[in-house]
Amino acid sequence: MKREIPLFVTAAVGLFMILSFFVPHQVVSVPADFLQQCAIIVVAFGIVLGGANLLRVNLEAVARRESGWPYKLVLVAGLIVTVVIGLVEGRDFQATGTRSTWIYDQVYSSMTAAMFALLAFYIASAAFRAFRIRTVEAALLAVAAFLVMMGRVPLGGVLTAGLPAPFRVESVAQWIMDVPQNAANRAILIGAALGVMATGLRVILGIERSYLSGED
Amino acid sequence: MSLASSFERLDRRWIFAITGVLVLLPLLWPLNLPLEPSPPVRAYHAAIAALPPGSRVLVSADFDPASRPELEPMARTTLRQLFEKDCKVVVVVLYQGGARFVDEIVQDVARERRRRDGVDYVNLGYKAGDEAVMVLMGQSIPNTFPRDHRGREVGTLPVMSGVQNYSSFALLVSISTGYPGTKEYVQQVQGRFHIPIIAGVTAVTAPTLYPYLQTGQLLGMLGGMAGAAEYEDLRYERGMASRGMDAQSLAHLFIALCIVLGNLAQWERRRKGTP
Amino acid sequence: MILHPSHDPAVWVAALLTLCIFSFLYRDNPFYRFAEHLFVGVSAGYYIVLNFWTVLVTNLWDPLAGAFDGRHGAPFAARLGDYRGFLLLPALLGLLLFSRFVGRIAWLARWSLAVIIGVYAGLKTTGFAQGDFVAQVHGSIQPLWTGHWGTSLSAWVFTVGLVCSLLFFYFSREHKGALGAASRLGVFFLMISFGAGYGYTVMSRISLLIGRFQFLLYDWLGFR
Repeated sequence: MKREIPLFVTAAVGLFMILSFFVPHQVVSVPADFLQQCAIIVVAFGIVLGGANLLRVNLEAVARRESGWPYKLVLVAGLIVTVVIGLVEGRDFQATGTRSTWIYDQVYSSMTAAMFALLAFYIASAAFRAFRIRTVEAALLAVAAFLVMMGRVPLGGVLTAGLPAPFRVESVAQWIMDVPQNAANRAILIGAALGVMATGLRVILGIERSYLSGED
Repeated sequence: MSLASSFERLDRRWIFAITGVLVLLPLLWPLNLPLEPSPPVRAYHAAIAALPPGSRVLVSADFDPASRPELEPMARTTLRQLFEKDCKVVVVVLYQGGARFVDEIVQDVARERRRRDGVDYVNLGYKAGDEAVMVLMGQSIPNTFPRDHRGREVGTLPVMSGVQNYSSFALLVSISTGYPGTKEYVQQVQGRFHIPIIAGVTAVTAPTLYPYLQTGQLLGMLGGMAGAAEYEDLRYERGMASRGMDAQSLAHLFIALCIVLGNLAQWERRRKGTP
Repeated sequence: MILHPSHDPAVWVAALLTLCIFSFLYRDNPFYRFAEHLFVGVSAGYYIVLNFWTVLVTNLWDPLAGAFDGRHGAPFAARLGDYRGFLLLPALLGLLLFSRFVGRIAWLARWSLAVIIGVYAGLKTTGFAQGDFVAQVHGSIQPLWTGHWGTSLSAWVFTVGLVCSLLFFYFSREHKGALGAASRLGVFFLMISFGAGYGYTVMSRISLLIGRFQFLLYDWLGFR
């Protein structure tokens, strides 16, 4: 019963959601709406659970004085301080001038942006050290990448300004995006859609059970 | 030591340094290279321009500070164009981490255009649930967002008067960094509820959405900082995106050069038969 | 060019944390690790608080409290968006997720997962079927002669590219003969699309760096 009931619930809920796509009557739409509200609320609980789990794992690491434990203490302190301040400040924790807003603007916001900005350096390094053209396919990839990279920036337009309009790099790049790139991406979309539909049905019908991980 | 082996031994921190310098210099000394708006950007602009004045528009701003350079300029310019048309703007946020940031942008542009919160626009704030929220909004937006970002009951706000679901809006503008975002709106909302959608997305996502442009599921699209800059250019604005395109140009040229030089080094090594 | 460093301590905090992150480019160091761990902790804390106030309180607690305080009539309702006491069910399912912390009753969390999985599997299946399958196939059926040589050639290239790329993903037969040739042509189209994707990815990553440099130069150091 530990596996059968969840499988039945998944099947019933999943089939009902598919039915709601086709039947607008309130006999179907109201329960479907309720189920979606349930999912939203349970997902929110899940996010809180994830945070709690992060706290638990790192507190244990600090208690056992594992390697790097001072940094884990910083993590725990950051988490606890942010949560406490946010809970104390109430519903208006996102208003201008609150401590939560300060933490968001100066700590979260700036570091999120900085973390992702690092990628620019690594993509340049990878272009130099790892991008090797050894086959026809790789050459096609490289040529397309070059044309699109130069076509999407103003410098490309300046460098090819003397050419007839259809042969300027920005026109070539746009044609690449509209035609061959579009064709291949559509093929990927259609193939992925078939895969998602098959996997969705497998999950709903109980053939795919990996989400029930753990021992009975 | 040959050129090939020099390149192969080059410490990657030199590449980091050159990248940093090439991005930095145009920000200090702009080149002011001219921009040419592409067809998807023109279509995005035209979709808003075609709205009757006073239309109600739903803006789903699903991004966080990580995609600020690409999407913040799009969001600001879009809001300016909408406010110029006296559109009533309802903003929702489905992306975790973006709520406060999006509100800052909305309030800033609204102040600049002298729009009244709750009357001309409202930010309904963030709601977890991804596609489930999108479909729920198709039933009832007030039920999905009973309170706005400031905690006010939405039923009391003039801008929300008469708003039921997607049918209450003339256009959906999706400005998104990934999941949930434009793709999910096309899948869950466009086909079911038939609301016209335009999108502003990061450059990483843009190529995957071109098929939707061609089918008409998206009416227009801004892709990355280049798209944002071209949109600013159409609006005769010189915002952060436009000012970043010079740096973008040099960086792209450098990366193209890196690919060429890296392969030249490889070919030279293979020609000489060295392992 | 004049330098006007900011006097706002908040901007200095943001700038110094940014530089701590960038220090990783030289090599791993305590400043980077401090900033990295602080970032993870603050992010997790922010997400907890955000979901607590915007979902758990607004969409769960407020309606439940209203249902049982007698202000809105019956404690249970079944109208679109108005469920009152029935919201005890998602509250219970949400709390069951925490049973994962207790080994003996960890299996109870599967009931909550079952609801989430069922809802999203249903939504995804229909969403992909409508948006990515039906609409895309419908949009692919286009005239191959448009009255203009240029656009007609593009239409042919598009159609051939689409069919060949789809054939590449057909693995039920060995790629030999005509299927092999079509599949190889499909690979060429896929490589072009990956190249275009690479170009756009480069643009995206560089944009992020530009954004951070704009903050450091204009907001922190005040370059004019």
